[in-house]
Amino acid sequence: MSLLDLLAPRKNDRGARPPETRVSDQDPTCSTKALKKFLSCLHRDAKPVLLDLGPVVGSNLNFFGDRLGCKIFVEDLFADLDRHVRAGSLGAFSPFLEKRFSQRVGGVDGILCWDLFDYLDKASAQVLATELTRLLAPDGALLAFFGTAPPGDARYTKFVIVDELNLRHRTYPASRVRQASVPNRDILRLFGTLRVSESFLLKNNQREILFRKPA
Amino acid sequence: MWKRDEAVRPPSPQPAAPAPAPQQPAMAPAGSRADAGHFSERDNNVNIGKSIVIKGELTGSEDLTIEGQVEGTIQLRDHVLTIGPNGKIKAQIFAKSVIVLGEVNGNVTASEKVDIRDKGSVDGDIVSPRVAIAEGAHFRGSVDMQRKTGAAQPQPQAQAPRPVAAAPAAQPQPAAAGAAR
Repeated sequence: MSLLDLLAPRKNDRGARPPETRVSDQDPTCSTKALKKFLSCLHRDAKPVLLDLGPVVGSNLNFFGDRLGCKIFVEDLFADLDRHVRAGSLGAFSPFLEKRFSQRVGGVDGILCWDLFDYLDKASAQVLATELTRLLAPDGALLAFFGTAPPGDARYTKFVIVDELNLRHRTYPASRVRQASVPNRDILRLFGTLRVSESFLLKNNQREILFRKPA
Repeated sequence: MWKRDEAVRPPSPQPAAPAPAPQQPAMAPAGSRADAGHFSERDNNVNIGKSIVIKGELTGSEDLTIEGQVEGTIQLRDHVLTIGPNGKIKAQIFAKSVIVLGEVNGNVTASEKVDIRDKGSVDGDIVSPRVAIAEGAHFRGSVDMQRKTGAAQPQPQAQAPRPVAAAPAAQPQPAAAGAAR
């Protein structure tokens, strides 16, 4: 390759180069109705404490930091679940969840579960829901998504907040496949003592449910 | 003329200055230094080389890049600390800005920004008004972000008194309450 080629590539060479568009631009963006409600639940607190159970997304941290001036605990349970699946110790995931959280009981004002429950078996889901209910402060809010897609999809989704009405869905490979969708009555049973504050069925068939802990 | 430059260049691929920099940076590693390797200064940015191990308290008043290992405390209150790709830090960090390309195990406090780049790793709690975490970076811990003055006005909804208990029905049907896209 000549120096001239480096400085001014030929037109024919351009097609062979990988596209330089950012991956994030290609991810689908879906609306969210519950996120705005979730934020409004937390605005009254001077410095709310959030618990994010999804993978770390830097822009989400800044979003919540700007809006709420909050403290956010990032506890990527998807990574924990993946690790257990790869190690063949999925049976130990429920006991693991019982000891997973170090936060003070009643010390968390908001919890972001994203669609984690779609990947859990019933026992693990119940343990997790019980633990989260315990951590949630009175009047605190918990946001969870529940899909209706058929089971078997081996991808997790990072929910990247575009704004309070839109989320970018960025998928990445998972060791754990999506489980059968959780019926509404089972969702209500999971979070027995929490109250459903808002629920939405989106056009992409995702259910967004905002729970509140009675004051 | 390029060939002549190559001939002058030392055979070692080490990018840092070959001889140990005589100027000690304005920092005082108070603990034991296991290897008196390279401390180099380039463009006002002091660089602690790969082979350096510092145990104790590291303080300074200039920007610093660490490629080696530090255990203890790092204080660069008004300056930028960069943990290079080879850097392994087991310490509490206090700086104006912290850029992480290597591994940090410990709490990080920055008055301006913490930036965890791709393949950077932080296990610990971050206190900073701005945090940037790249795709592919690892982070485990908490982030404490003070709200920037004037940056985020309270939302209109926050001002209005919210009905708390009476808003929804006692047993709303989750899937049927609303439909949107």
